[in-house]
Amino acid sequence: MPKMSLSHFEATLLFSILASVVLGVVTKRTDRERLRYGLYCLACFAGSIFGAGWVMYFMHL
Amino acid sequence: MASKQPEPEKNALADVGAWAPPVAVGWLVPGGGHLMLKRPLRAAMLGGAVAITFLLGLLMRGAFFVPQEGDLLTVVIHRGGYIADMCSGLLYFLATWLGYDQPDVAGHVHDYGTKFLAAAGLMNVLAMVDAFEIATGQKD
Repeated sequence: MPKMSLSHFEATLLFSILASVVLGVVTKRTDRERLRYGLYCLACFAGSIFGAGWVMYFMHL
Repeated sequence: MASKQPEPEKNALADVGAWAPPVAVGWLVPGGGHLMLKRPLRAAMLGGAVAITFLLGLLMRGAFFVPQEGDLLTVVIHRGGYIADMCSGLLYFLATWLGYDQPDVAGHVHDYGTKFLAAAGLMNVLAMVDAFEIATGQKD
């Protein structure tokens, strides 16, 4: 089996996309609400990734 | 004046025959519960997301949690992780039966892989809860 090697950014972004799909599908009641909530979750994940990344960058200065 | 009596709440757990099969199938085959309940698109999205997360975990050579004894935190993390891994259903059992036995080694890719494997199980728990709610009529 091949081994996959991802950076922190790639791994967290992949996780964000997959988790957002699941959260969007199971949480809301209409397809439109699901899509909106999935995109909202993805934006929150992405914001957290960049936020945490910058916090760690400044912590290491 | 007669006051309006509140309707007695319907016990969702009462009709075991309605919800147990989709929940059990949903555990064994991610998305299978939704397929049983005739929700093919949601089944494909949930099953696909769980399977891809699990596969990425394997490709990153993540380790399966094994219950360990020790201090409280060790017990909680390893038993919780073991349960989360098993919640992937047949994906977990197939990987184990086919001989996947990655030791827990240092490195961020392995760490992410371990978390992806556990997260796939937790996503499947959400899918099982959704199947339960559909089967008991709390959701369409």
